[in-house]
Amino acid sequence: MAATPKEPVQFTGAGPLNAPISGVLTWVDQRFPLMSLWRDHLSQYYAPKNFNFWYFFGGLAMLVLVIQIVTGIFLVMHYKPSAAEAFASVEYIMRDVPMGWFIRYMHSTGASAFFVVIYLHMFRGLMYGSYRQPRELIWIFGMLIYLCLMAEAFFGYLLPWGQMSFWGAQVIINLFDALPLIGPDLSTWIRGDFVISDATLNRFFAFHVIALPLVLLGLVAAHIMALHEVGSNNPDGVEIKKHKDAQGRPLDGIPFHPYYTVKDMVGVVVFLFLFFMVVFFAPEMGGYFLEYNNFIPADPLKTPAHIAPVWYFTPYYSILRAITEDFMLVLAIGVAAYVVLIWLTVRSERVKYAAFAIGLALIFLMKGPAFTVLGVTFPIEAKVWGVAMMGAATLIFFLLPWLDRSPVKSIRYKGPLSKAALSIFVITFLVLGYYGVQVVTPMGTIISQIGTLIYFAFFLLMPWYSAMDKTKPEPDRVTM
Amino acid sequence: MNKNMNKIKYLFAALLLVPTLALAAGAEVKLDRAPINEEDHASLQRGARHFANYCLNCHSANYMRYNRLQEIGLTDAQIRDNLVFTGVKVGDLMRIAMDPKDAKNWFGAAPPDLSVIARSRASADGSGADWLYTYMRGFYRDAERPTGWNNTVYANVGMPHVLWELQGEQVLVERKVQGAGYMKSVMALKLDKSGLLTPVQYDEMVADLVNYMVFMAEPVRSDRKTIGLFVLMALGLLFIFVYALKKEYWKDVH
Repeated sequence: MAATPKEPVQFTGAGPLNAPISGVLTWVDQRFPLMSLWRDHLSQYYAPKNFNFWYFFGGLAMLVLVIQIVTGIFLVMHYKPSAAEAFASVEYIMRDVPMGWFIRYMHSTGASAFFVVIYLHMFRGLMYGSYRQPRELIWIFGMLIYLCLMAEAFFGYLLPWGQMSFWGAQVIINLFDALPLIGPDLSTWIRGDFVISDATLNRFFAFHVIALPLVLLGLVAAHIMALHEVGSNNPDGVEIKKHKDAQGRPLDGIPFHPYYTVKDMVGVVVFLFLFFMVVFFAPEMGGYFLEYNNFIPADPLKTPAHIAPVWYFTPYYSILRAITEDFMLVLAIGVAAYVVLIWLTVRSERVKYAAFAIGLALIFLMKGPAFTVLGVTFPIEAKVWGVAMMGAATLIFFLLPWLDRSPVKSIRYKGPLSKAALSIFVITFLVLGYYGVQVVTPMGTIISQIGTLIYFAFFLLMPWYSAMDKTKPEPDRVTM
Repeated sequence: MNKNMNKIKYLFAALLLVPTLALAAGAEVKLDRAPINEEDHASLQRGARHFANYCLNCHSANYMRYNRLQEIGLTDAQIRDNLVFTGVKVGDLMRIAMDPKDAKNWFGAAPPDLSVIARSRASADGSGADWLYTYMRGFYRDAERPTGWNNTVYANVGMPHVLWELQGEQVLVERKVQGAGYMKSVMALKLDKSGLLTPVQYDEMVADLVNYMVFMAEPVRSDRKTIGLFVLMALGLLFIFVYALKKEYWKDVH
């Protein structure tokens, strides 16, 4: 295929530099699709004009990613990934590296800021149905980013080699230990040792600074490519591509650049204001962003009285702790009730029988007769279910595009059932998060158990309540 | 629509509140608030002297350099002549000669490095300074402990009361507290034998020491707040421009 010579880049407006600049741009453009990338993703990417407050967080997540990568590079220049030197090297960065404290606080605050921004970004998606057809893949890439981010945060948290680094990692890696059959070998394999040690620190460092950032960047690229393929959703949840002008531009769309670049700049400045308030005035954020115990070097012989994960993991930690032996009966009844619900309301025979079979198997594993095969004891103990439920709690988000059967996308036009469900879900998430940092109490456990049930009910009952809800008619065009 | 937005705003507000929810941790002793002032250089210098005299023999501060004390108004010569007892250079770290293994044999636990102790002792009950301030004033005579000392904040602590000559000797006594319609007994500290300092002087001395330890835990603390103020002002100024720019571009979007 013969390359067609490209037209020189045209600049509007007179200026002394326009001719040389357009000359250079044409030269580049004949060798690399610079102008078409610029047009496709910025100057002629049409975004709905009715984005509100909630649409700042995608861009902000990118900003935080850049902050983390840049500060991370500078930290690695001075950090020593060795059990003997890690803690001291962090204090060296805090004291002897010029502005090292600033880089480190940006990185530690950035970790929490990343989750704040991502949670708000996800909440936006939940509110406006941004996961619905045709944006399922955007949602899936986004969820993969979220999982990646959790792994990235987990690996990174070991690196300062403080007490919480060490014991937090210990608790999480020991979860794998609970898995039947492969558990002990698996956890040894993850640690690279029989205890958390220098070997663990080194591999976590490798994952934190190379493996996961690479995957993360790839996923972010995929997330944005998928977004720009189908176009952005908006607070009304209606497709702007349905109404186009003579040139094929959406009537309710405006070019991302300059409209949303200038708007996002406002969001960025406000965000940075809050971000630097924490960095300069409260870098520990009351022990939530930097845990106090982590200023004590890791000591394998001294278990802290209270091991709490960092705040962004706590809803899942609550779910993990909520699954006790007593609770297994409730879970089994829950599974049975769900099978009955499917049996009574779903028409497809195949689905009915599949639900019945899966439900029966689950109940058998949860509350079936006790016996032992190949070293695995049945019914599977609660600890394992805790791990499974915690995993399921993060993975269940993936199913959202297929669970939501409402005829409308946006919460604005959904009925009271969906609105109540989302509100209760958000409150439950926060309550679970709160109990995840608390010391276990009987009341806390019961509240966490109720929270766990609500958490899963939000997703698992969605096909029913979203379909039967009374919706309002969607507008034809977006509203400002 | 409006109702909806209100609900969402409420949810958002709730979301922002999460990090401020208090951590739970049950300490038996109520911590006293440490009366410290990070900007008081005289107090910090006195604290540094106490630290070098009384702490820096068994405890190290391995991440702290002597010449960092310039930031509390001391010159290199002053530091070298008054605070460096081990003959090292002022650019060196505050290391000690005691072997941690020996220390463990002698005290049951090696005395911890104190560089960042003021940060690590913070909790929902109070700041690290509060903990240290209460701890240093909480030693009492206990014949059952090998050192002869115990502590109200840190039960069965391995550390002896290093400052006993100054504070005197406290004992733990039962005290009846008369409340509205109830009578309860609490354990309270009582000065049994006075020391070289009056209780008020001793408290002031401990406050100076704690003030210094807070400084040592994060020497950049006061600088970062100053820099932060400028950064926030710059961002505030930038906000005016970016907001005006946004308004200008968006005036035609309806």
